[in-house]
Amino acid sequence: MKRLMPDNPIHAICLKLGALGVGMFVFAIWVMPPMYDVFCEITGLNGKTGGPYQAVSAEVDTSRTITVQFVATNNEGMPWQFAPEVRTVKVHPGEQKRINYHAVNPTDRDMIGQAIPSLVPFKAANYFHKTECFCFEQQPLKAGESAELPMYFIIDQDIPENIHTITLSYALFDVTERYADNKVTKVTQ
Amino acid sequence: MAHGPAKGIARWLYTTNHKDIGSMYLWFSFAMFLLGGVFALVIRAELFQPGLQIVDPNFFNQMTTMHGLVMVFGAVMPAFVGLANWMVPMMIGAPDMALPRMNNWSFWILPFAFAMLTSTLFMEGGAPNFGWTFYAPLSTTYAPPSVTFFIFAIHIMGASSIMGAINIIATILNMRAPGMTLMKMPLFVWTWLITAYLLIAVMPVLAGVVTMMLMDIHFGTSFFNAAGGGDPVLFQHIFWFFGHPEVYIMILPAFGIVSAIIPTFSRKPLFGYASMVYATASIAFLSFIVWAHHMFTVGMPLAGELFFMYATMLIAVPTGVKVFNWTATMFKGSLTFETPMLFSIAFVILFTIGGFSGLMLAIAPADFQYHDTYFVVAHFHYVLVPGAIFSITAAVYYWLPKWSGRMYSEVMGKTHFWLAFIGLNVTFFPMHFSGLAGMPRRIPDYHMMFADWNMISSIGAFLFGGAQVLFLYIVISTIVSGRKATDKVWENPEGLEWTVPSPAPYHTFSTPPEVK
Amino acid sequence: MLNRAHGRSPWLLAPALLVGSYQSLAEEVERWKYNMPEGVTPVSQNIHGLHMEMFWWCVGIGVVVFSIMLFSMIFHRKSRGVKPAHFHESTTLEIIWTVIPVVILILMAIPATKSLINLYDTSEADMDVLITGYQWRWKYDYVDEDLSFFSSLSTPREQIEGLAPKGPHYLLEVDEPLVVPINKKIRFLITANDVIHAWWVPALGVKKDAIPGFIKESWTIINEPGVYRGQCAELCGRDHGFMPIVVDARTEEDYRAWLQEKQAAAAAIRELTSKTFTFDELYARGEEVYNRSCAACHQVNGEGIPGTFPSLKGVGVAVGPIDHHIDVVVNGVKGTAMQAFGPQLSEVDIAAVVTYERNAWGNNMGDMTQPIDIYNHKQGN
Repeated sequence: MKRLMPDNPIHAICLKLGALGVGMFVFAIWVMPPMYDVFCEITGLNGKTGGPYQAVSAEVDTSRTITVQFVATNNEGMPWQFAPEVRTVKVHPGEQKRINYHAVNPTDRDMIGQAIPSLVPFKAANYFHKTECFCFEQQPLKAGESAELPMYFIIDQDIPENIHTITLSYALFDVTERYADNKVTKVTQ
Repeated sequence: MAHGPAKGIARWLYTTNHKDIGSMYLWFSFAMFLLGGVFALVIRAELFQPGLQIVDPNFFNQMTTMHGLVMVFGAVMPAFVGLANWMVPMMIGAPDMALPRMNNWSFWILPFAFAMLTSTLFMEGGAPNFGWTFYAPLSTTYAPPSVTFFIFAIHIMGASSIMGAINIIATILNMRAPGMTLMKMPLFVWTWLITAYLLIAVMPVLAGVVTMMLMDIHFGTSFFNAAGGGDPVLFQHIFWFFGHPEVYIMILPAFGIVSAIIPTFSRKPLFGYASMVYATASIAFLSFIVWAHHMFTVGMPLAGELFFMYATMLIAVPTGVKVFNWTATMFKGSLTFETPMLFSIAFVILFTIGGFSGLMLAIAPADFQYHDTYFVVAHFHYVLVPGAIFSITAAVYYWLPKWSGRMYSEVMGKTHFWLAFIGLNVTFFPMHFSGLAGMPRRIPDYHMMFADWNMISSIGAFLFGGAQVLFLYIVISTIVSGRKATDKVWENPEGLEWTVPSPAPYHTFSTPPEVK
Repeated sequence: MLNRAHGRSPWLLAPALLVGSYQSLAEEVERWKYNMPEGVTPVSQNIHGLHMEMFWWCVGIGVVVFSIMLFSMIFHRKSRGVKPAHFHESTTLEIIWTVIPVVILILMAIPATKSLINLYDTSEADMDVLITGYQWRWKYDYVDEDLSFFSSLSTPREQIEGLAPKGPHYLLEVDEPLVVPINKKIRFLITANDVIHAWWVPALGVKKDAIPGFIKESWTIINEPGVYRGQCAELCGRDHGFMPIVVDARTEEDYRAWLQEKQAAAAAIRELTSKTFTFDELYARGEEVYNRSCAACHQVNGEGIPGTFPSLKGVGVAVGPIDHHIDVVVNGVKGTAMQAFGPQLSEVDIAAVVTYERNAWGNNMGDMTQPIDIYNHKQGN
């Protein structure tokens, strides 16, 4: 078998140290971001909610009521009007609920928006399931067009007892340039 | 057999001699120190009184950014690499560095990196203005066009540091004189060995994070952009994963220097050599698990906040051990106070004060009030200026006679010390107060309640700056016309470097010395 | 005189000490702000307690360590003929000075942990305020009340540039403070519109980063009515130092009254949108709006900063077609520092500022626009 290490001990150590350096570079770009995402998913850090959820049981826990607040913000340079139709709803854990956001593109150009969800308290993020959401895809709106954007959610029956209020925020970004070819792709938010 | 250096400019361009390269690193870092100092004085001049007087807020932000970058990457790190180049081979009885040609290369790419970084000041849109921590998205979506040059400059500096670090490790592990076991190495060599490992571990992470910025800016990725599924907070995690070990990169070699100087002037061996080595290693290890204490206000889960708070507080233990060991070294010694000793004692005292404010900052709830205020500015200047800068200055006074064969003037040296010591405290101590009273960092203008402290700080800054000009004069006049130094220089210093003549010949230890 | 607010030089402290006049000394100590404020919320008071406790621990350790060093420096000098001892290690000592700091650290960590757990308890809030950081102002959104407004620095440019004496709340004053009731648990939802900002009011003990795209929470209960001031604490670009925070805490009754008044005013603005203004009315209002919202970049004289912020005087949008001018102000210019003012300013204010820019500094375009035009533009008509 061919030896991997050169004979000269100085060259051998350079090779090892160089490999360590390259390894740390790879670690920073290709390992840390996915690791961070996994970490966020486990802890609910930054209130990132998961992708589409398949409801498993339809049992509704009517003994508890949770208040869900909706807020919407526009990121810089996003001229759309964007707001939830209702600001709060009360739901029981296990119950599926639909709410609508209303969006208007008042400009004279066709645009694409992307809504980014974020939820507080963070520890509720793992118990808030969206079965359908406009935030799973980019939303194209033609000049002057408006749309009702639906979102269906279920709160998990296992949600900790001490959580009574959940606030879900959508930040709307202008991604027209990023998706200039109007190709609408799925992202998992 | 030993031949002298080549003549003229070619000597410096093509040199592979560790002493020549060490000198070039030191001169380069001194030039950067003065440049970064000028940036600092622009900041302090603007902050002399409330109102906008001298510079535009955008230029002010460029100054704070460039000051930080130039001082960290241009002044402190190359100075330590320069000292390592000069001293490590002489301390372990090696004829030169293990990789002399790479050594030349790792120095000569530095001036290009800094020329590129400094040239951004003259570009349209100005130099980087997003702070030396360059948080996204201010440094990506909202950055001036010069950010691309900044990224390349960082890449080059990173490459230089990594090559330097590989060289130092290869030298220490392979080139020691017979009998020079690891646990006989001077602490400066030990601290540099550990520092070099830190450098190789984290400089690629810095390169990675700026590469991700580059891709976000020019190639449509969204590592740090929420719109594409990224997260600006991810930037901070990766940056500080680099940034915290980086802080120790700037202080561990300083521990080594002080551990060489204090015993010499106490005429007593260093107390607790082995525990010093272990403490350095534990500090290096802990530096990898405390990064998020720079981000307490970012809104982490409670468990994360507690973990990083406890881990950070733990650092106080090995650091405390070091301070106690230095104190015990001085205790019952026979002390004299030559310039290197003065700088070293000031190092221990002022670094400890910086450590205290560091401990206070580690307490997460209290950090909610301290974070991003002048209290933080006071803290890291108390560890970096007396820590890194004073130790480098002490090292220069301590070894300059060995390098140049000439003795500096003790009166001038002491004058320099007292001016720098007073200037430093007048500059940075009031920052604790203005920070606690509520002054955020990185602002060009402020309310009158901070006016008095800021005026004092500005006066101190100019005094400190003046002291460094005196330092430059002292170094030059010593080299040109100092009186001859003896081979031992000091009364009974320890270490192989004192066994060679002063000035140290161009080639030392061509035949390895005997180490008992 | 440099310190216009108090008109006294800092150097007066020394004579005050010498004279020993207790009152003037007390005044001086009061004037030299040097410590963290205790604040007006249970959290800020708790943090202040922790801070002082930590401080005294550090002082204690410092006194012990520095005394030993000083003792050596004085009594173990070579010039006193001292011969050096030779000891250089002691495992016992090393263990002692490892264990004692660990014990001290545990003593420090216990109260810190308690206070942190309390700080993270955002449940059971009485009201919610959504705070959004913008370059370089704050937006407050009363989530339950259908009320929102921007809060910008109100210090005049002349004070900043030293052309007028500085007021008592220089750089810490805003046009619209955040008004909240006392003795209520207020939950802050914090986010940002562009870059990262941080919302910090020292007297409340609240500091939280505002991160674009994500929402963070914090809370407070204010014990005493009063006006509490803070600043953005995360570098956010050029005017980072010029986006203060003012919280006006009032009794429940006063808060309700303010809320009603505010909601009535919002209705009135909507009313004004349909009104037709004269040129002079718009020009005068426009000048005010311009100096508040535009002059930081485009400068009071409209000339901008070459290479950074374009001039409006005689060139560019302000002397081009009016529709384009309105579009730039309402929707901003993507990829530049020109942000969309549509969501930040009322229709009346935008109409006024556009009219002003087209006619100020010798632009003399002679045209004007009405709030209803802006309204229609925003609706996409």
